[in-house]
Formats: sequence, structure tokens, C-alpha cells
Amino acid sequence: MGKKSDIVLIENGKRLDGRKPLEIRDTEMKVGVIPNANGSSYVRFGKTIAIAAVYGPKLLYPKHLQESDRGIIQCRYNMAPFSVDERVRPGTSRRGTEISKVIKLAFEPVLFLENYPKTGIDIYVEIIQADGSTRVTSVNAASLALANAGIPMRDLVVGLSGGKISDTIILDLDGKEDNNSEADVPVAFMPNKKEITLLQMDGQLTNEELKDIIKNVMKNGEIVYKKQIETLKKRYDE
Amino acid sequence: MEDEKIRQIVVPGEEIKTGKDLKSGHGTYEENNKIYSKFLGIPQEFGSFISVIPLSGPYLPKVGDKVIGIVTDVEKAGWIVDIKCPWQAFLPLSEAVDEFIDIKKVNLNRYFEPDDIIYSEVIDTRRGDVHLTMRSQMSRKLKEGVIVEITPSKVPRLIGKDGSMINMIKDKTKTTIRVGQNGIVWISGEDIDKAIKAIKLIEEKSHIYGLTNEIEKLLS
Repeated sequence: MGKKSDIVLIENGKRLDGRKPLEIRDTEMKVGVIPNANGSSYVRFGKTIAIAAVYGPKLLYPKHLQESDRGIIQCRYNMAPFSVDERVRPGTSRRGTEISKVIKLAFEPVLFLENYPKTGIDIYVEIIQADGSTRVTSVNAASLALANAGIPMRDLVVGLSGGKISDTIILDLDGKEDNNSEADVPVAFMPNKKEITLLQMDGQLTNEELKDIIKNVMKNGEIVYKKQIETLKKRYDE
Repeated sequence: MEDEKIRQIVVPGEEIKTGKDLKSGHGTYEENNKIYSKFLGIPQEFGSFISVIPLSGPYLPKVGDKVIGIVTDVEKAGWIVDIKCPWQAFLPLSEAVDEFIDIKKVNLNRYFEPDDIIYSEVIDTRRGDVHLTMRSQMSRKLKEGVIVEITPSKVPRLIGKDGSMINMIKDKTKTTIRVGQNGIVWISGEDIDKAIKAIKLIEEKSHIYGLTNEIEKLLS
């Protein structure tokens, strides 16, 4: 990453899979896929599939993790061993720990945790198939699962990744673009408040390019947001 | 109101537009003079307040709520009660028994044992310390019955306006029913199976208009 590769990722304004630079892959979302969980969801972006489950809020153990004035979020992001071409070693990894942490941070400003002192909310995200942008797919899945669980939220959270290939701004990177682009920028934000809760950058960008990417992500994130609303309401449209 | 019409549903963070000057009630929050929903739920007006009734979610205890709980443990001077909320509830000895008791001599199992079902009232919820009392009216140990759990936010729907729905189920199935605010329903009497069926149907279809007619059809 960070340097130009030999693969031509964008030709005549079309990407490898025939998308326009600012086009999002086809998406599929479902809620209530895990009956045992308080809330759950299934989110697919192209070939990336994430399943999220939310348990709680429940009394938190071990006791030293409890906060007496607010609840805490515990998040686990995990990639299934078969989710990519080369087997992922099961268990905790540096990357998994990082993504768990950023998902947790993306949701802390969104939930009314002060209503639930001494408790913990568990978010489990499993990636069963990975093809780029897994962390923003996880954020979308977790957002739906939390709303499905009936946990009070300030807003839904929409995640979408942006990037740059040969001076063109692109959105929703897939696996090949993720590995070979000059930069990729995962963004998660609250669509109604227009506040960003997750922003990371890998690669090199100028100030203007970064601002441009964020602007485009916020604009096109509306599509993902509409899809989330539709998914949540669909369950009650008999 | 048409039969089977679906109520308007809002998602978390969605602005609730009513056109009237309403205050932010339960399940909503206010920012910059606009009212937003906290839950995936159904907006409803209560007097000068607008509230959102969540379609799912945990029970948050409030002072004054009448709840049904299951005794899980006996402590030195009270009982631990499971009321299906994120915290454990505690029933202190002083709130349960009127007579003087020397706790060195008396075994508290005499009053409540684990697995007993009690109907009681919440008196304190500060910082996740939920305390119960048996001193309020109607509070007692519930014997010989069946327990059904429903989503706590759907309890008002189960009770209906001035108890219309629950009284109808009681009359038609010849049962005694107690509903806790925490979504635990205790049933005892003749046709328990039919009553459970009706309660489950209410939970499933709480967002539809004309539910009372449907339940009436089921029970007759």
C-alpha cells in the first residue's frame, strides 16, 4: 500500500468490476438473523459479508471492568478462517484487536451509556467472507444489530470507505483495490448529525484529497443509510 | 382508523415531526429544539409529550413500577430477585416483613425461597441498585401459575386502554392474570393455553391497528 502497483485498477473511468468511481457495490441487509441474541444483523457489500450479534446490556463481570456511572461496550471483531483465499489463523490478532477497538469507539458517542451503569453491551462481529472494506461493513452490521436490540441510540451509524487510485477518488473499495490503492480511508458517521465517529487513513493523501473523500463518503453514505432504514422497517411491514 | 393498518415506525436518530408544539417524552431526546427518536419504535402522543414506544429492548426499571420477579438467592438481610432487567434487584428484609426478626435465629427461607415468584414494587433505581418493596398494595407471593415473558415495551398494549385488553382475556378464558411492567406475565386459572396464545399474538402484532377485534376472534 502507499505505492503504485502494476495492476491497472481504473480504465476509461471504469473500475475492475465495472463500477464508476463513486459507485457502491450492491448491498444486502437483514436483521434478526440470530434468534438467541438480543439483536442481530447480516450485511453484505459485494462479496464482503458480516454478521453481527448484540447481547445485553447486562451486569458486567469481572467486576473491576464495571463503571459505576455508565455502561461500557465490549466488541469483538473476528474473521472466519475461510473468509479469505489464504486461511486466517483463528484467534486474536493485532489487526483484529485494532478493529474491535475502533468499532467500540465508533459507537461510544452514539449510545446512551449513562442510562446503564455497571453494565456491558457485547457486540460480536464475524466476517464470514472478506473482500475489502470489512471494518465499515462491520460498523453497518453493528449499527443494525444495536437498533434491532432496542438499545437507545442517538442516531444510526453508517460506514463507508473511500480511497484514491491514480488521482481518482473512489468509494467502497473491494479487496484488490484495498491492497493496491494509493490510499484508503474508512469513515463511519452519524447521518443525521453529520458527525464522524470513525476516521482512519492508510496511504498518502493531500489535505484537499482527504476532505474530498470525506465529502463524497458523507454524500454517498445516504444510500447506505436509506438501505439501513428500509431494512429496519421492513420487518414490521406485513 | 382502518383495520390492520400499520402504525408509523421511526428509527433511532430520526426527527419526529408532529406539527404541534410537543415536549420530548420517554424514548426521545431533544437537540436544537428538534425532537429525535432513541429507538426503533412507534411514536405516540401523551398529552403535551411525544414518546417513542420501542419495538424491542431491555426493561429499564423505574420507581413505582409493579414488577414480577423470581427470587434467586437468600442473603443475610434480604433476597436477590431476578426481574429481567440488566441489574439484580434486591428485596431488603425490612421492606418484606412487618414483624421483628432476629436474623441470627430465623432462617429467611421461611418467607421467600429461591424460585418463588413475587409481585412487588420498585422503590429505588439509583446507579443500578434496584430495590424492591412488598409493602405496596397487591404485593404478594404468587403461587400455582404459569409465567410467560413478553417484550417489556409491549406491556401497555397487552393491558389496553383502562385494562380493556387484559380484562377481555381474563373474562373469556376464566383466568387470573398479573402483568409486571418488566414483561413477565403470571397466569393461573382454567384455560391457560388459550390465554398464552392470545398474549403471544399481542406481542407479535402490537404495531397493527384493530388488534382488539383479532384477539376477540381468537378467544371466541
